[in-house]
Amino acid sequence: MDVLKFEPTNLTPYIMFDAEKGKIELSGRSIPENSLDFYQPVYDWLDEYVNNPNEKTVVDVKLDYFNTSSSKCILDILKKIDKLDDKGYDVLIKWYYDENDEDMMEAGEDYGDLLEAPFELITL
Amino acid sequence: MLSYKGEVSFDLVKSMLDNVEARLEKIEKNLKTKKKVFNVLVECFQNLSHHIETSDPVFDDVDEGKMAFMIVSHDDDSYYVTTGNFILNSAIPKLKAWLNEINSRDEKSLRALYKEVLNNETFSEKGGGGLGFIDITRKAGTKMEYAFHKMEKSYSVFEFKIRIPKEK
Repeated sequence: MDVLKFEPTNLTPYIMFDAEKGKIELSGRSIPENSLDFYQPVYDWLDEYVNNPNEKTVVDVKLDYFNTSSSKCILDILKKIDKLDDKGYDVLIKWYYDENDEDMMEAGEDYGDLLEAPFELITL
Repeated sequence: MLSYKGEVSFDLVKSMLDNVEARLEKIEKNLKTKKKVFNVLVECFQNLSHHIETSDPVFDDVDEGKMAFMIVSHDDDSYYVTTGNFILNSAIPKLKAWLNEINSRDEKSLRALYKEVLNNETFSEKGGGGLGFIDITRKAGTKMEYAFHKMEKSYSVFEFKIRIPKEK
């Protein structure tokens, strides 16, 4: 599988999904007007990945800020990976946030609650 | 800081956010406040352009349907964001009920509501499922103010205001 990589812009995050290493990273800001259009290639990549995943998948979320339109997309992405945990694969989701940023901490806590897979909150 | 009246589109909102972010960078030294204000602006402006770009052309005058206004200002204590757009009278009761619901809740119960809507499978794909107003209220930490001004035809002007206190 090809590595999925997007360079960050003023509105969209850095994305690096590497199937071979089982490494998934999402960082920066995510405030596109139409998040579904933006995240569609990410969904497509993940749908293929979950059919033939790495034994271990580590997800690093290092978002500085996201809009509400992205919030559902982020949950959908994490839920796709969460299903791997159900199937017995090793999954770890790491949510990084600035220690002064309560909003991103709370967002991480809420995502963690909505998912089954191991979820770590880590201060930057 | 910013005042605009006219046709609103995705592209316009994008460039206005760039402008206002650069402005904020200069005038607001408190990182938390700066981030909160920008967050609220993103939601307010994108709410507006989303509403305008995805509404059916049910307005008698299509061009008028795309019109909106937005004002961003500040004083010693707070930032203020005001927006206005046309809304069909038939859509008012639902919006009003939603805004009242959000305004009636405290911080903790707003967070619970956000989580509930976020996790709701039937979440509207285009509208953001109503998370926008919850997020605006949570980030601002104040109540939304709004009014519907009746027009001659089948629609009204929806005026929306939110205040974001400056952290000292």
